[in-house]
Amino acid sequence: MAIAVRNLTKKYGSQTAVDNISFDVRTSEILGFLGPNGAGKTTTMKILTCYMPPNAGTVEVDGLDIADRSLDVRRKIGYLPEMNPLYTDMNVLEYLDYPSRLHGLKEADIPGRIKEMVDVCGLGDVRHKDIGELSKGYRQRVGLAQAMIHDPDVLIMDEPTSGLDPNQIVEIRNLIKRLGRQKTVILSTHILSEVQATCDRVLIINEGKIVADGSPQALQREFTGAESLTLQLKTGATDPVEQIVPKLKIIAYVNAVTLKDHQEGISTFEIQVDKGQDIREAAFRLAVSENWVILEMHRATTSLEEVFHKLTTA
Amino acid sequence: MTIMSTRNVHTIFRRELRSYFNSPVAYVVIIVFLSIIGWFFSSNLFLMNVASMRIVFELVPIVFLFFVPAVTMRLLAEEKKSGTIELLTTKPVRDVEIIVGKFLAAWVLLAAALAPTFLYAVALAFLGPLDVGPVFTGYIGLLLMGAVYIGIGLFASSLTENQIIAFIVSFLIILGLFLLDKVLMYVPDALASTMEFLAVDYHLSNIARGVIDSRNVIYFLSLLGFSLMAATVSLERRKW
Repeated sequence: MAIAVRNLTKKYGSQTAVDNISFDVRTSEILGFLGPNGAGKTTTMKILTCYMPPNAGTVEVDGLDIADRSLDVRRKIGYLPEMNPLYTDMNVLEYLDYPSRLHGLKEADIPGRIKEMVDVCGLGDVRHKDIGELSKGYRQRVGLAQAMIHDPDVLIMDEPTSGLDPNQIVEIRNLIKRLGRQKTVILSTHILSEVQATCDRVLIINEGKIVADGSPQALQREFTGAESLTLQLKTGATDPVEQIVPKLKIIAYVNAVTLKDHQEGISTFEIQVDKGQDIREAAFRLAVSENWVILEMHRATTSLEEVFHKLTTA
Repeated sequence: MTIMSTRNVHTIFRRELRSYFNSPVAYVVIIVFLSIIGWFFSSNLFLMNVASMRIVFELVPIVFLFFVPAVTMRLLAEEKKSGTIELLTTKPVRDVEIIVGKFLAAWVLLAAALAPTFLYAVALAFLGPLDVGPVFTGYIGLLLMGAVYIGIGLFASSLTENQIIAFIVSFLIILGLFLLDKVLMYVPDALASTMEFLAVDYHLSNIARGVIDSRNVIYFLSLLGFSLMAATVSLERRKW
């Protein structure tokens, strides 16, 4: 179920929330919207789910235009809004009954479908409880169950893990990943590890514009500057440190070597390496041939955090 | 193309009605309503020795002034406040179906509050000959008037996420419609007949006399249609 977004613009008064963005989402892809608060993630989702129309631009879900075929588009989409609003006066079973009817499920299929969702989302123990009495984690699961009740082809989730504890986050992420195999999933977040853990593809949005688009790994590679390698060697008291540095510099792709620390025959070096190059093997072979002992070696790469920071603060 | 799906309307109606009776709202409102009407009816009957339904038909429009805004204020304001409106409007449901479903739920609650007062009419029939016609049409008139009030209340509730504001706005609009024919002596003659025709009580009293005139029915239905349309448009404001 592909989604095509073209030249989407949304203004609130004089403020432009979404500024002429275009992108495609392929079937069974998990796409993450990443961006600081107020970047336009939620607005884009509200447009995609037909909550409000854009000022300009078009969106097609499975070839259906959201303006002309709004009801048909809404049938295909499951939506978990920001803050996960719920009818707190209903119990879980009543609550799930409501959207299944609104989505036009057949009367005979509804109980089975609700039971399935209760099982998938782990709501068995609380199914007769009022939603107002549930913990945040359970509420989030109820929100997900509600979004998936009609087995939609497209699942749109605005910050699905916000406010959950680490265990619950892992649980919800696994659930999303499992769903992503058959469905097209769009989720928004400002937690970077979430994107790395769940998404096939990331759109980084800032001030209403797409500033980066690609897999988490590709983005990391693209925006990585020089890589550096930290190496700690035990060289014995006899080997003067001054002679080690030139030897390290001979390794291919090495730009600079700095001595960070030196005491009692143990030296720590920071080695600057060309972008995208891995010299760990060469460093190991050199150490063997020189009879040095490697105490520590690790590669520092630019994290997605740094990519994000670079792109969203100009 | 259909304008409305009855299944969707029914689903929304069912949830709203259940929500009324799941919370104390419905019971409190109905008990207060019946206490007031019952007090005046019985004191009329036992203290003044007047066996008549007239007091009921005169009093209900005044009680509705408070009753209807109290019942309708939460219908949309609450959903706007909690954000569930976003959940509801991204389902394959038309805005007008949401409005009509919620309208019907409030109307049924109003009818449920009104129904026990019918026992007074039955009691009167045992005491002496009762003119059944005006009682029957009187109830039809009250239900029509209640429908208009609910439409206005629903519109007021669509304007804000604050239930108190929704209550006050609908109360003021309804009060205006109620007072129109009570201030005729203060306005120029040219205006008076128009104002009288716009007043709710004028049409209600016509119907309560036992005659269902199409002019009165059309008045109520067009006001109802207008207020429901205004509520729908107001709900669609998010798209502007």
